[in-house]
Amino acid sequence: MFKKLITGALSAAIALGASFTVVHAEDELFIPMLSYRTGPFGGNGTPFANGFHDYLAMLNARDGGVGGAKIVMEECETAYNAQKGVECYEATKGKGALVYNPLSTGITLQLIPKSPVDKIPVLQMGYGLSAAAMGETFPWTFAYPTSYWSQMSSILKYIDSNGGLKGKKIGFIYLDVGYGREPIPLLEKVAPEMGFELAMFPVAGKEMQAQSAQWLNVRKERPDWMIMWGWGAMNATAVKEAAKTRFPLDRFIGNWWSAAHADLVPVGEAGKGYIGANFSGIGTDFPALQDVMKYVVDAGNSQADPSTVGHVLYNRGLYNAVLVSEAIRAAQKITGKTVITGEDMRLGLENFVLDQARLAEIGLPGFTGDVKGDCKDHEGAGGVFLQQWNGSDWEKITDPIPPMTDVVQPLLAAAAEAYKADKPEWKGQVCK
Amino acid sequence: MDGLIYSILGDPFVQMWQMPDFFIQVIWEGFVSGILYALIALGFVLIFKASGIFNFAQGIMVVFSGLTLVGLHALGVPAFVALLMTIVVMYGLAFGIERLVLRNLVNQPDIILFMATIGLTNILIGGGQWIFGSETKSMITTELLIPTGSSVWEPGGGLVIFQHIDIAAAVIAALLIVSLALFFSKTKVGRALRAVADDHQASLSVGISLNQIWVITWFAAGIVALVAGIMWGARSDVSFSLQIIALKALPVLVLGGFTSVPGAIVGGLIIGVGEKLFEIYWGPLLGSGVEGWFAYVIALVFLLFRPQGLFGEKIIERV
Repeated sequence: MFKKLITGALSAAIALGASFTVVHAEDELFIPMLSYRTGPFGGNGTPFANGFHDYLAMLNARDGGVGGAKIVMEECETAYNAQKGVECYEATKGKGALVYNPLSTGITLQLIPKSPVDKIPVLQMGYGLSAAAMGETFPWTFAYPTSYWSQMSSILKYIDSNGGLKGKKIGFIYLDVGYGREPIPLLEKVAPEMGFELAMFPVAGKEMQAQSAQWLNVRKERPDWMIMWGWGAMNATAVKEAAKTRFPLDRFIGNWWSAAHADLVPVGEAGKGYIGANFSGIGTDFPALQDVMKYVVDAGNSQADPSTVGHVLYNRGLYNAVLVSEAIRAAQKITGKTVITGEDMRLGLENFVLDQARLAEIGLPGFTGDVKGDCKDHEGAGGVFLQQWNGSDWEKITDPIPPMTDVVQPLLAAAAEAYKADKPEWKGQVCK
Repeated sequence: MDGLIYSILGDPFVQMWQMPDFFIQVIWEGFVSGILYALIALGFVLIFKASGIFNFAQGIMVVFSGLTLVGLHALGVPAFVALLMTIVVMYGLAFGIERLVLRNLVNQPDIILFMATIGLTNILIGGGQWIFGSETKSMITTELLIPTGSSVWEPGGGLVIFQHIDIAAAVIAALLIVSLALFFSKTKVGRALRAVADDHQASLSVGISLNQIWVITWFAAGIVALVAGIMWGARSDVSFSLQIIALKALPVLVLGGFTSVPGAIVGGLIIGVGEKLFEIYWGPLLGSGVEGWFAYVIALVFLLFRPQGLFGEKIIERV
């Protein structure tokens, strides 16, 4: 009897599961959410996922979706694991996925060759392969609003304008995975050209919370500035170790994945002075965020702790959702369709305009710099700004710092050529 | 060739001589790391000694105990009450593991028990994230009266920084080890535990309850995990990535032996100091980042001469 019950329940579950895999209704837009709320980086992945989800949920609740079509989201847990990320991709691509936001450089690198085949674009917002900024080589991958290489060049510009780079020693501490190693080619290229010495401090995954050796090496090498490409628990530990070894924190700059509330709140007063990059607004003082609070968070439809709404990573996830919704609107406008496909979405990503006027219109005045979709430039060259930890919160300390386009562009072009060099079947596009 | 030989056999020692304050700092940092590795290794040893199980869940037990402590305090429970409640939770965990997992797997091959601890790891990860969330949390260091700040020593114009928390970690670890040694040698339960470690069948025949001993062992490992969680958490916060730290204890176990408490301590110190010295003075020759694997080199070199580990028991099986 018990066995029969189990068999019956399993059959019903399989039948129901099968019915759930059908393509979504005609007036729906399907957005898969590759997120990570678990695993060693779950603490940082969670607020990002909440911001992404809540903005699109707000559009559904307030406006009925985008352009008359409701957005359907399906969250798939990757645990920041490339293999799981690919499994999520394979499990959701057949459901009418419009775009993938992998939230991991490792997963992105796996999806880049798949996207032209399945005709579903990949939006690697603030991570991924820097060379993907070259739209003619990577028609299906987008790196708005800026790439790692551009970010690094903006950070170097800041250092240059605060005492100069020439003759200085720059330390680079990084998580020793694809993401952390991504800016190294740029650093190695520009170091001799700009006249600074480079010192590398890799941090293996299992040493994220045991960095005393790296910081002893920092003390030995005596760099003038430190730059960090960290993630997860590595960030807080690095800032604590820096303070412990008496490295001046106002000369320690983290990239935009190393400078969130999730990183510095546990450090508190000890992290005062630490600087980080960012490209999205901080706080809830924006009409769109007030609507998110009203329609989603207060209505009990968010997984976010209300106190984290407006934090760095929540707002960055929200900004990612803004880029997605604006590209959908552009695609709907170009094609005249309400329900679009992945191919239409690609067009949208190449043609949306998110300038200050549009940001004000959608309730995010001054939230970020201008970004404009483009066939050739899939990066947008949006400048990053720097913020500083005051012991309890982040404070913006610079205006957007434009990247060194003259330095970065040739490197991006060369990297794009190198990427396709061993892929004879790779198809680019020609832009007007 | 001469340059290479000098880089290996000359330059590191010249650096040590020229910057003695930095050399002392490296030794101190290695010593503190070694003590913390030893704390984690101790948890492995306790369980392996009593039940022959390699407890894959030891790393997550460190995180789980730390999160329970911080989580209870966040609910408004005073720090020391939260500490006592966490000890009770760790006892409940030990009791639950014995009742739900170990008791049903008596006489099963070791690999089955090992796999069960992998399952336990995932349950504690999932359950822990469900209960406490996955954000990084601060350890309640000052609330537990653990000293913070640092003292500076300036030998000959140099600079050596001693973090008070590191000194506290060394003292607390020493007290824990002495307590465990006294518990094993002076108490009835401790002697029963040693008897079980020597021979399960013989222990049963003289009326020692294997189940009770397992609960006590896992509880002791839970207490060690809690101490490790507090000390590691105080140094670098409490997050789920802390469970990976358990991997750092593996070369300590290889070196010290899986059944030896002194082995865990001495092994931890050798690995801690050895890897720091090699990383700082010889690491640049190999491009840095050698700390992770060099610990295994130290352990394997020792194994060439003592296959049972530094203090492990020599196993002789007669056919």
